[in-house]
Amino acid sequence: MSLTINQLQIGQKATVQDVSGDDPLALRLMEMGLLPGSDVEFIGRAPLGDPIEIRLSGYHLSLRQAEASRVIVDPS
Amino acid sequence: MPPAALRLPHLAVVGNPNTGKSTLFSALTGVHTRTGNFPGVTVEMKLGRLHRANHEVMLIDLPGTYSLSARSDDERVTVDVLLGQQPEIGSLEGAVCIVDGTNLERNLYLFSQVRDLGLPVLLVVNMIDVAEKAGLRLDAGELSKRLGVPVIFCNAHQRESVARVEAAIFEFAASGESSVTPPTVFPPVFEEAVDDLAGLLSQQGKTFPRPFVARLLLDVGGQIEQTETAGWPELVAHLQRLREAVGAAGYRISGIEPRCRYAAIRSALAGLETRPVRTAGQLSERVDAWLTHSFFGLAIFILMMFVIFQLLYRGADPMVWALETSFGWLEDFVGSWLPRGPLRSLLTQGIIAGVGGVLVFLPQIVLLFLLIAILEDCGYLARAAFLMDRLMTRVGLSGKSFVPLMSSFACAIPGIMATRVIENRRDRMVTILVAPLMSCSARLPVYSLLIGAFIPAITFANGWVDLRALVLMAFLSLGALVAVPVAWILKKTLFPGETPPFVMELPAYKWPSPRTVLHRVYDSASSFVVRAGTLILLTSVVVWGLGYFPGDHTRENELFAEVESAQEKFAEPIARREELQETYEKLETLDPRPVAAIEKVEVELAEVHTRLHDYDALVSTLQTEQGRLQEVSFLGMAGHWIEPVVRPLGWDWRIGVGVIASFPAREVIIATLGVIYNLGEGIEGDSAPLREALIRSTRPDGKPVFSIPVALSVMVFFALCAQCAATLVVIRRETGSWKWAAFTFVYMTVLAYVGAFLTFQIASMWWAGS
Repeated sequence: MSLTINQLQIGQKATVQDVSGDDPLALRLMEMGLLPGSDVEFIGRAPLGDPIEIRLSGYHLSLRQAEASRVIVDPS
Repeated sequence: MPPAALRLPHLAVVGNPNTGKSTLFSALTGVHTRTGNFPGVTVEMKLGRLHRANHEVMLIDLPGTYSLSARSDDERVTVDVLLGQQPEIGSLEGAVCIVDGTNLERNLYLFSQVRDLGLPVLLVVNMIDVAEKAGLRLDAGELSKRLGVPVIFCNAHQRESVARVEAAIFEFAASGESSVTPPTVFPPVFEEAVDDLAGLLSQQGKTFPRPFVARLLLDVGGQIEQTETAGWPELVAHLQRLREAVGAAGYRISGIEPRCRYAAIRSALAGLETRPVRTAGQLSERVDAWLTHSFFGLAIFILMMFVIFQLLYRGADPMVWALETSFGWLEDFVGSWLPRGPLRSLLTQGIIAGVGGVLVFLPQIVLLFLLIAILEDCGYLARAAFLMDRLMTRVGLSGKSFVPLMSSFACAIPGIMATRVIENRRDRMVTILVAPLMSCSARLPVYSLLIGAFIPAITFANGWVDLRALVLMAFLSLGALVAVPVAWILKKTLFPGETPPFVMELPAYKWPSPRTVLHRVYDSASSFVVRAGTLILLTSVVVWGLGYFPGDHTRENELFAEVESAQEKFAEPIARREELQETYEKLETLDPRPVAAIEKVEVELAEVHTRLHDYDALVSTLQTEQGRLQEVSFLGMAGHWIEPVVRPLGWDWRIGVGVIASFPAREVIIATLGVIYNLGEGIEGDSAPLREALIRSTRPDGKPVFSIPVALSVMVFFALCAQCAATLVVIRRETGSWKWAAFTFVYMTVLAYVGAFLTFQIASMWWAGS
């Protein structure tokens, strides 16, 4: 079952399957380490609901729902 | 001058944000740095000399970045410097790449890009103590062997560690390697495409370094592509073909670089201990859980901003007061040495007042940057952006604009300088352009004078709600309310484009490094004084000249001399009158009113007034003369000239003069009104008599100048106008163009005019009707 990162539950872990799109945003997300095969964990949402915070190898990243929805993951 | 051959070795310092790069750079170079500013971009690069014994190298601190993939002119500068194509800096002898030991994998991405440019690279693995504490076991020799570059471990906040890095840099610079060809991370099909593209470019007489050609192919729609393909449609088509060819071989062009580089990095690190070091249960994680909590996170944030704001608003006061007082003394001191005349007036009212007008901003700049540098260095600033992002996206900005805009409530100047944390140029521009709308502390004296004079002291709800306080609150929030549609319109018209992505690292919390914090404060303060100060001073002198010339000041100087000798003669009753007035005011505030005591004071006051009749008459003659001089000055002429323009706002020419004269700084209007409404300068400076004078002043037809609608109209004007030369100079500096300073002035003046016009017209109708 595939989801996008922002559809994960708080504390849920997943593996990145793909980053959709061929634009600078897709490149940026991959540069930051969101590559197929990377492990991520959903940490939580900002108090106003957006952006979200995730953990990936070695650090924490925040990104908006719109950007997070580009990252397709496989929950583990 | 040393011959070119003896030019110092130049090394670029590169690294991701939050790696301690700035800390290391300032630890290495001290305060002896200069800032390189490049045309057309807003980024600054610091150059610092590193020397020990007879060795010397020049370090160039490049802006922190995650990738060399340039999307904007600002990012392009980094690539240009590294490729030796930035004429001011010239070719480099190498690069020092600083990486965060707790997050090697992602940090090595930039390292891999830098190394592919063909420069010798020294890899500095920073925060190694934190990494080792978290369980990372790394062997520098092994890492060096696998990556093929010298590697040194470092803790940028430890002195001996910095000394080791220094030694390594000298050794690295002396090794004399000029260029290296690292093993490629890309598949052959990509390398062939680069060769093909380089061939096409050189046919057109454009020989670029090969790494540059590779970047052109990699960065789809990036800055390099935009510049190079301009007016060359064949290149666009050719790029398209080459990218499709690479894609057909199974490598999507948008993903080829991160996939290939991360694959290479992962295989280089394989077997070395690099497990994720930040895990739940660690201190930073537990702190973060509270600070980004849906309720406590916001509550702590609001509390923190409240404290910062209070410190900025009130904490700077004693320092501002001390500065103002000492400049007052200096004016008096210089004044006492020189005869009255244009020179003395220029020195005291123009230059000393102008220098004071520059330095008076320093306490707030220092305080704000101290607070911001602490928050940034400990990692909270990123959380502030995280918490406020949703709110700021409503006006098309991002969370990173929040702190600069909030700081602008104290003073727009540090606020505008603080926008440097916003990487996106469009967001940064919009933030800079709306920041002066926030109600800064210089507007407060104007509000309190006019509110005190014209808004009745009515209280509601058993004295809990004060009408004056309500009006003050309304004016303090007016600018911010207006900024919402202004930011929205600017985003739709002048700075259109997709919402920039908000992909931001949330660094682990750590204790702020005093050295980094102090450097940041020193940099911002010195850059304000050196770069903006001179222009602000110039403006102040020009406005002084416009207010002083071309009137003949002989009579004024004679009257001044007479007033001074009269002050000596009547010293005792003058002092007594001040005392009595204070007592009177104090008694008036008592409840119940001590009628008998008040009457007694009134009787004595009347008596002193009689004794001072001649003195008062003299002062009043001097004031009339000063008012006359003001009216015949260039400023006065301008005031008369613009009277038809300001009449619809309910103003007379004198308010017009006050507004023009307050161009250097808003609060100048108080002093100017004092002069114009016949109070004179330096006689009685406090605002109670000015308040009275404003209430009493009349137009030629005998009607009072000020009414509630007029006072409201002046306040709305000051809430929205750009009467602050210092802000405009800082906008010019931060945007790199006078165009934006002029734009800010024009749009805010138009807003202020329209606002004042509507306020006056509507308020007049309302008061006429009631």
